[in-house]
Amino acid sequence: MSQASIQVGNKADVHYLLRLADACLILSQRLGEWCGHAPILEEDLALSNMALDLVGQARGLLTRAGQLDGQGHDEDQLAFLRDERQYFNPVLMELPNSASGNQQPGDFAFTQLRNFAVATWLQLLWHELQSSSDAEVAAIAAKAVKEARYQQQHAADWVVRLGDGTDESAAKMRAALALLWPYFNELFADDAISAAAAAQGLGPQWSSLKPQWQAQMNEILAEAGLAHPKPSAYVPSGHLGIHSEHMGHLLAEMQYLQRAYPGGKW
Amino acid sequence: MSEAHKTQPSSQNEWPLWEVFVRSKAGLDHKHCGSLHAPDAKMAVQMAREVYTRRQEGTSIWVVLSSQIVASDPGEKGMYFDPMEDKVYRHPTFYELPESVNHM
Repeated sequence: MSQASIQVGNKADVHYLLRLADACLILSQRLGEWCGHAPILEEDLALSNMALDLVGQARGLLTRAGQLDGQGHDEDQLAFLRDERQYFNPVLMELPNSASGNQQPGDFAFTQLRNFAVATWLQLLWHELQSSSDAEVAAIAAKAVKEARYQQQHAADWVVRLGDGTDESAAKMRAALALLWPYFNELFADDAISAAAAAQGLGPQWSSLKPQWQAQMNEILAEAGLAHPKPSAYVPSGHLGIHSEHMGHLLAEMQYLQRAYPGGKW
Repeated sequence: MSEAHKTQPSSQNEWPLWEVFVRSKAGLDHKHCGSLHAPDAKMAVQMAREVYTRRQEGTSIWVVLSSQIVASDPGEKGMYFDPMEDKVYRHPTFYELPESVNHM
């Protein structure tokens, strides 16, 4: 027997919050894959700590989204019982830790560069969300913005260290940047949902974060000696529920326990 | 990496060891809580945060290269510390305190 899927409604505020909640949830799942596999014990803890920060942020947002959705779904149901098309995270978050697929332990340069780009984005987004018209969201943001700031600094350190390190580490960082670059566009994708959220004061349009994100990225990439790839016009559509081929595999692993043992508790 | 560095045994090739001191709250002193490996001081502080303060243990961190600590020789423990065994008069317990001084 397995647990049936749930669906959320079409309310714009619910979708707006789920985009961010799922971004945190899915990147957390990816970072969790490093647990026990990182190159050193200290960084193993750092990556796991970041995964736990992200899952904490996702929990708060999923709970709030569930309340606004009004169907009585709690954070666990929303995290584990939706189908792929009902997740609204940017595709960037679901990419495997290694460009060559789901190999353990993954590509460390790729992981740190993605963490840096995402933490920079989250830090800007949380900062804006502190003045959200929704008091719950503002409270979650006030706590999360500190977590994102630290994560940004920690990942930036690695990006500079590897980019400006040995020939091999620099080559790996360049390869990671080339691979990730086209996926960054989705972090600034707007549509009717984000316009509605901005109009009601729930949160900013994602595109409004781009100038600051770009400036902070440029500063660290320059310090790391990494040249910008050419701009890409590609905008992935994870925020609309259309995902890459990696998402189904990720969800299968993430949802397995709740599907097989409905309501199972730790 | 230099050739000399490469030919050294792996234990010599690792990142240096750092001793970590954490202050649990303002007003208290930094206490030694363990050690870790890190490539430099900046990363050592971050790693100390990850490893030793994840359960709200700290408000401030010090790190210092383990190799920079000068320690007494364990072999000289007897000579160093045993002579103090029978010198109770060095404890300030022989003074008569005025009654107005409480809680000493």
